[in-house]
Amino acid sequence: MNIVFLSGKGGTGKTTVSTNIAYLNGFNYIDCDVEEPNGHIFLKPQYNKIIQSGILNPVIDEDKCTLCNACVENCQFGVLANTGKKLLVFNELCHGCGTCSISCKFDAIKEEKRIVGKIEVGKYKKGNFMRGVLNLKEPLAVPLIKDVKDLIDPEEMNVIDAPPGSSCTVVETLEDCDYAVLVTEPSAFGLSDLKQVVTVVKQMEIPFGVIINRGDKSNAIITDFIENEGIDLIGVIPYSMKAAKLYSTGELLITNDEFNQSFEVLSKELMRRVVNDGKN
Amino acid sequence: MMEKIRMNTGQSIVVISGKGGTGKTTITASLAQLMSNDVIKADCDVDASNLGIILNGVVESKKDYYGAKVARINGIKCLNCGQCKEVCRYNAIQFKDDKYQVKPLKCEGCNACVVKCPNNAIQLVEVKTGEIQVKETGSGKLVTSVMIPGAEGSGKLVTEVRKTGKIYGNDVLIDGSPGVGCAVMASVTGTNHAIIVTEPTQSAYEDLVRVHEIVKHFNSKALVIINKYDINKEMTMKIEKTAKALGIELLGRIPFDPVVNQAVNELKPIVDYRESKASNALVNIYQKLKEEIL
Repeated sequence: MNIVFLSGKGGTGKTTVSTNIAYLNGFNYIDCDVEEPNGHIFLKPQYNKIIQSGILNPVIDEDKCTLCNACVENCQFGVLANTGKKLLVFNELCHGCGTCSISCKFDAIKEEKRIVGKIEVGKYKKGNFMRGVLNLKEPLAVPLIKDVKDLIDPEEMNVIDAPPGSSCTVVETLEDCDYAVLVTEPSAFGLSDLKQVVTVVKQMEIPFGVIINRGDKSNAIITDFIENEGIDLIGVIPYSMKAAKLYSTGELLITNDEFNQSFEVLSKELMRRVVNDGKN
Repeated sequence: MMEKIRMNTGQSIVVISGKGGTGKTTITASLAQLMSNDVIKADCDVDASNLGIILNGVVESKKDYYGAKVARINGIKCLNCGQCKEVCRYNAIQFKDDKYQVKPLKCEGCNACVVKCPNNAIQLVEVKTGEIQVKETGSGKLVTSVMIPGAEGSGKLVTEVRKTGKIYGNDVLIDGSPGVGCAVMASVTGTNHAIIVTEPTQSAYEDLVRVHEIVKHFNSKALVIINKYDINKEMTMKIEKTAKALGIELLGRIPFDPVVNQAVNELKPIVDYRESKASNALVNIYQKLKEEIL
């Protein structure tokens, strides 16, 4: 069963909530925020395997290529250019879709995997740990997220940490998830970005609830919206300078007794919903 | 009100962070307020465009942006052969209710199914991925966007926002997005200066080091602001040491100040709360930035 944590806005506490919940329950933790994965800071895993992840890029056999231009015309991403003498390939634009090789009638294109990131697999104290790390200067995170997701065993209990935002990387992360936790903060920014991700999870028909992090007297900004929309509030984590300090040093909040108790409650509330509303 | 300094030198400055939620947008809004009105403000955090919430303003013009394509199957022409499903590497085609259907959110618009279909039953159609808006605000022109949630190609939407900004002026202040991927690269490319907003946490520290590689790659000059620096002074020192080693210039530190939350919730830039700790720090940062760019 896959429980995914997302937020729309960055820095609302997605990683804080997901790492603490994973640890408390002994669930596997999977970091799909491949551009800036930070879960390892808190769960301190030991890796035992590194898997290279890549995209299939075209390699042109110049002896066979007739410069017919079919691949150039069919490619939607501007990867191939015909100079009149040879084909140029701009790998970093390639989405690895294979349209060029399907288009080629002369068997002049084969595809070779180009590494764009790595997947680190291991264990942390309470469960399995896995994270994708996108190589710097690589623009496309979706294929790597897909590779990470393919390694998840859906029979186990998995906590998935999603990237911020509400575009294609988030859609890929949400695919095949059973329940989504939307972590937000009580501000106009938090609300605006929450609305974006609510649209995405609804469109993907994934059951979900909201956790308000750093709750304070402004909570109504969020609670008014979710009450109106009939969205389930899982819980509120109050604002705390102590929590901010623990986070800054890379420690789990549950190492502190007070936070441990409140996370126990939050975790129970969450698991009740996952069991009742979750897809599986 | 402090005198607003013009840039007018063809400058482009992007504000990024690596890690999300470090205060990029609140800081950008204050810099926007302090800068001359003829500096164009561009919100390139298209996934979560919030700069307009603070700068407010009136929508002057808007246009739809078609930044992606999706496959559409013509049910009458379809032979139900299933070759499209086989060739699709994104699992975007499903067989449901006795027919092949495209899942729009999964479709990359890559054209593979179109090329493969033996009966020309599939075509690519352009889809709207967002709306570009130009707003007139108290701080000059703001170009922003409303992205369709779940859309493909946020990097392309970023490029479109920047292109629209160029119509109105040469100098631009860009609010970038978190991360290091396509949207960030599209925000940083071609800029003169990249201000990295960080905070003294281990997460933000690691993300700063990663995003700096992107800034370097695009030959933009890296500057750093440490927000809420007094939450963990030890970490602040570690960041400053690393920044120095990497050749990133320290623009300034901003102390933790409850007025920041108040400002966000009252939808105003922090510098409107004059003489607050955070506002004073931002004014100093702005002075230093001015020296840097002029």
